Amino acid sequence: MEEPVIRTKELTKRFGDFVAVDRITFDVHKGEIFGFLGANGAGKTTAMRMLCGLSIPTSGEAMVAGIDVYHHPEQVKRSIGYMSQKFSLYEDLTVLENIRFYAGIYGLTDKQIKNKSEELIEKLGLQKQAKVLVASLPLGWRQKLAFSVAIVHQPKVVFLDEPTGGVDPSMRKQFWDMIYDASADGITIFVTTHYLDEAEYCDRICIMVDGRIKALDTPFLLKKNYGVDNITEVFYRLARTAQRSGD
Amino acid sequence: MKEFLAFITKEFAHVFRDRKTLLMLFGVPIVQIILFGFALTNEIKDSNIVIVDNAKDIATQQIITKIASTDYFKIKGNLASADEIDKAFKSGDIKLAIVFPVNFYTDLLHTNKAQVQIIADASDPNTATTLTEYVKGIIADYQSQLSETMQTPEQIITNTRMLYNPDLKGAPNFVPGVIAMVMLLVCVMMTSISIVREKELGTMEVLLVSPFKPILVILAKAVPYLVVSLLNLTVILLLSVYLLDLPIKGNLLLLYSVSTLYIITSLALGLLVSTGAKTQQGAMTLSLVGMMLPTMMLSGYIYPIENMPWILRFISNAVPAKWYYIIVKAVMLKGLSFSFIWRETLILFGMTLVFLFLSMRNFKIRLE
Repeated sequence: MEEPVIRTKELTKRFGDFVAVDRITFDVHKGEIFGFLGANGAGKTTAMRMLCGLSIPTSGEAMVAGIDVYHHPEQVKRSIGYMSQKFSLYEDLTVLENIRFYAGIYGLTDKQIKNKSEELIEKLGLQKQAKVLVASLPLGWRQKLAFSVAIVHQPKVVFLDEPTGGVDPSMRKQFWDMIYDASADGITIFVTTHYLDEAEYCDRICIMVDGRIKALDTPFLLKKNYGVDNITEVFYRLARTAQRSGD
Repeated sequence: MKEFLAFITKEFAHVFRDRKTLLMLFGVPIVQIILFGFALTNEIKDSNIVIVDNAKDIATQQIITKIASTDYFKIKGNLASADEIDKAFKSGDIKLAIVFPVNFYTDLLHTNKAQVQIIADASDPNTATTLTEYVKGIIADYQSQLSETMQTPEQIITNTRMLYNPDLKGAPNFVPGVIAMVMLLVCVMMTSISIVREKELGTMEVLLVSPFKPILVILAKAVPYLVVSLLNLTVILLLSVYLLDLPIKGNLLLLYSVSTLYIITSLALGLLVSTGAKTQQGAMTLSLVGMMLPTMMLSGYIYPIENMPWILRFISNAVPAKWYYIIVKAVMLKGLSFSFIWRETLILFGMTLVFLFLSMRNFKIRLE
């Protein structure tokens, strides 16, 4: 078995007395689509931020792409991609400029940038819109573009923080097709979501309640173990035990 | 370096795509300068003056005849005493009063020194300056005529008083003021808004996850505004030289160097504002209220600092524009060299370091 791409051990984050993430331990393997589920305030985003090097863990260990996040957060950055809830594109730049910018700050060469932009625009079917400002693109297109841009530098892992917020269901399906393609290319996907139907698309899901991992398995086994026929039901059973409310 | 260039390209796109803001950045100073240019009256003819001749001797008679013979002045009357001057000014149509003391000619002959007092209505500062210069010129002319006929050189000391506006606030002082304000507007407000916008849009997170160094984010953001500020400075200087006929007396390179320093000071301030503000609105309010108001009030550009109560004089020392204003006036209007402005330059430099230190410290906290 290959070395896991993400490995955490007793990873904890405290803000004063508040324990946002409480000793979580898990492994994520290469090319896996790993779903992180939880109500608002369950600690999903905090956990993800620690893995990205945006937030320093209070205690515990986290390795991403074989690098210790705690001690070498700068080195981790080269191997990861990130897409935030807000899609992280510049609306006053064109589609092409956004691609060039992100490829540029990840240090791709001019030739690579040129090839990548052509490839991406073709894949997204945005040939006509390449020189159009992102502000005028529909939300679903922006989301797909944001994802493409997040993996423009071929990272080992890409972190998606509630990537499908506000997007209609048919677009969400198309978006998940892109995720499958990336996963097939060997990119590990770490995705947080609160759309429970999306959880079914993941290889494995991890349900967080009050900063702790309450369940971690494939969607199939989770349903089987809880004797229910969908993830929503599993989630509600676990979430009922929650002590703290959303933030 | 390539990464840095990619970032700067993006920043320039932000700046130049935002037409409205760009129009404001270049429009405001141009309109201010042009308005002022048209409000100026450079032509002065037939100005009404009064004379208080306490000496009534040959010298004063000759000077008065000389003054009366020019196109510039029209002698409205001879007052019996200096006490009447105030009334004459308040009647409104008197621009200038000349006072000769008793024994003017005897003083000139025996002590080689005599005094003339010129009192001007400086509520219109430019006219006042021009008129007093004319009178001084006429007296200097008379003096040199006199020296030809006598062995020892005489000195007539002209003693000028500017009524109502002792500082002669006007175009020459206005231009450095506009420069100081515009740079502040561009650098503090625009830079802080641009940084805070990344935070607000969530793009800052993505930048922080990328290998691109946060310090370079700040630098890349500063570069376009540095360029815009220098362009603005050039536009203002061109307008003031060609439209307002206000020559730059000092070294142009020195003027640009100290201006660059002031721009960097303002950029550092903008950075500091951005670390304190969470929204673009907040950054704007903080820049306008926290920076623009003190700059307008306490830089000496609108109100003379010397006339302020000590507490405001004290606070004004913390306003960077005050020091820049002194420097620009010295270099642009007086043509002074670096040796006269090194103190002010050093103060600006020190302020920049303090602002940078504070904002770097705050910026790190945000990264956790």
